[in-house]
Amino acid sequence: MSNNENLRRIAVDPVTRVEGHGKITLLLDEANHVREARFHIVEFRGFEKFIQGRPYWEVPYFVQRLCGICPVSHHLAAAKAVDQLVGVDELTPTSTKLRKLLHFGQTMQSHALHFFHLSSPDLLFGFGSNLEHRNIIGVIEDFPDLALKGVRLRKYGQQVIEVISGKRIHGAATVPGGMNKALTIEERDRLLADINDVLTWAQEAVDLNEKIHTSHPENHGFGRLNSNYLSMVGDKGELELYHGGLRANKSDGSSIFDQFDYRGYYNIIREEVRSWSYMKFPYLTELGRDDGWYRVGPLARINNCDYIATPLAEAARKSFKAFGNGGFVHDTLAYHWARMIEVLHCAEAIRDLLLDPEILGTDLVMKGEKREEGVGVIEAPRGTLFHHYKVNEDGTIKKANLIVSTTSNNQAMNESVRSVANEYLDGNEITEGLLNHLEVAIRAYDPCLSCATHALGKMPLEVELIGADGEAVDRIEKASSGAINRTL
Amino acid sequence: MNNNADKIIKIDGVDVPFKDGQTIMDAALAADIYIPHLCHKPGLSPHGSCKLCTVDVNGRPASSCTMPASEGQEIANNTPALNEVRKSITQMLFIEGNHLCPSCEKTGDCTLQAIGYHLGMLDGHFPQFYPRREVDASHGSLVLDRDRCIMCELCVRASRECDGKNVFTISGRGTNRHLIVNSDSGKLVDSDIELEDMAAHICPVGAILIKDHGYEVPIGRRTFDIHSVAETDLDDVILTKVRHHDE
Repeated sequence: MSNNENLRRIAVDPVTRVEGHGKITLLLDEANHVREARFHIVEFRGFEKFIQGRPYWEVPYFVQRLCGICPVSHHLAAAKAVDQLVGVDELTPTSTKLRKLLHFGQTMQSHALHFFHLSSPDLLFGFGSNLEHRNIIGVIEDFPDLALKGVRLRKYGQQVIEVISGKRIHGAATVPGGMNKALTIEERDRLLADINDVLTWAQEAVDLNEKIHTSHPENHGFGRLNSNYLSMVGDKGELELYHGGLRANKSDGSSIFDQFDYRGYYNIIREEVRSWSYMKFPYLTELGRDDGWYRVGPLARINNCDYIATPLAEAARKSFKAFGNGGFVHDTLAYHWARMIEVLHCAEAIRDLLLDPEILGTDLVMKGEKREEGVGVIEAPRGTLFHHYKVNEDGTIKKANLIVSTTSNNQAMNESVRSVANEYLDGNEITEGLLNHLEVAIRAYDPCLSCATHALGKMPLEVELIGADGEAVDRIEKASSGAINRTL
Repeated sequence: MNNNADKIIKIDGVDVPFKDGQTIMDAALAADIYIPHLCHKPGLSPHGSCKLCTVDVNGRPASSCTMPASEGQEIANNTPALNEVRKSITQMLFIEGNHLCPSCEKTGDCTLQAIGYHLGMLDGHFPQFYPRREVDASHGSLVLDRDRCIMCELCVRASRECDGKNVFTISGRGTNRHLIVNSDSGKLVDSDIELEDMAAHICPVGAILIKDHGYEVPIGRRTFDIHSVAETDLDDVILTKVRHHDE
């Protein structure tokens, strides 16, 4: 345990170009070695509490308001739990396919937004490049074709969501045991009209990411963590985003568990509360509190799966795997590459679903005997998402537990911040470049603490360096205009 | 004596015929003229409580649902000044309860919400009350969510006048007014309300809900996706729409 009295504290508050509010604090000893790195989530939501007493069928609609970027994920995870509450373990084939289609659209739009709008400026211009140019506007100026394709990829994902749920954000799609609307031939054909372009853009995004990673060997160690990985896989071990068993592997690829029925998730995952963050710290029960932390999300999924069922994405996965010499890729920045492989998979899967005659079916709702408990798990864009509800006899919610994807990456983000700070912090001089390196590490995870708004670097930021004697040694402020001022 | 043909009131300068015994609202609805209202439903006794249907009758404000039509009335209805007051009334109805439209299953089918849109209401304007109100989910087929109750008493009257029961009433005063159930326990399960009752379906907001149902009508096909609240024959449309849950 650190003796904090002899350490200096640096605070990055708030972290920018992520959504929502978080801050970084670093504690450094007299030799500038990072002794403690913390990524704090300072916003509090409280959904688990205030849905208590509400009717169960309202839950998927209530909890999707957790997020403006991935509402579909919360909607579907809750809907899967609500299916169990009404005694339905398997939907009609058409409803399952409609939900998958909705989810692929969601994953595509969220991933495209994150890579092109938020992270590509760091990767295209360099982490310490000119701040005023290091944003989406800079990308549009220097790489207009790329930026436009990114915008269009996201738009297509949103169109898929709109067709199925009636709105691009916060629509209405699920009912207990099924879906509320069939897909019409006209809607299907409208989506099919653009799918070949979407496939091309997604392939280009994968190629770009591969190039970024292979041509910048200096970044291989950036925030790198030899971590455990948790994700859902299909019954043959394939990449699966909507429904499957849980798989956890150690960093060397050895199995911790596989094809675990997620309805018993509380037997394999525990959550630790720490006083300095509103976000919990989950860990794998089997490995314990110190060693059981793990990573979720695109990197975990692409590392963990045995194969991808669609050919273009599978070819991309093989290149990814070769980059890791056949083993797991632990580079934190490889999250971006894995994310784009998933976009390509989504594009292929959307095409296949649209061409499947069953997608146009009208048998949408199943019924069953009511139960008192339901667990819904889904691979949200940012990782494995758990929704667990218990209901009273009158159908109102008695208890809810949500483990949101970003929560699972909490320890990992902290470790990555520590790793980057150790490598890049140089003396007492704080530079905007250093500041951004810390944020680049966090952005790679696409944290969903940020669910509410994309600040696009416009949020004010303050970094303060405090000497071991408690005096402020240096202070830099970034104004909402982007201007950097040394204020000490 | 023939009372049917000759008598006329003027609403916004338009001649509107009426029969003896009709209110201004009755005459307006018959002439396809919309006067915003929430607590009025043809077939139930007029109530005059929501005050949205306030019009100027010969320069003096009056509730059109309770004011008898009489020869020579010059009535101002669709004026900017009256609609501004109606908007304020609607805003007060919103902030007095807990109306979370985004997650409410009545969204798109809610008359209060539709009137808010109709009157150009963009926010609640007044500070939110955030009252603590009890949800009663005790009944096998119905849920009473008092968060959304606007005290229009349509359910009170429907139960008494159409269903031949006396399930609901309003209790308390001022900001403590709330809908109660006339049963020994105060719970819906111990009342004699049934799913088939008019009172179970008449709520213009999301206060009385059909259990285990919701969000079944997709966006684009909900009542106010395809109808304007100003359509004067909307009551039947709404009742037909909610009753499909019974099937």
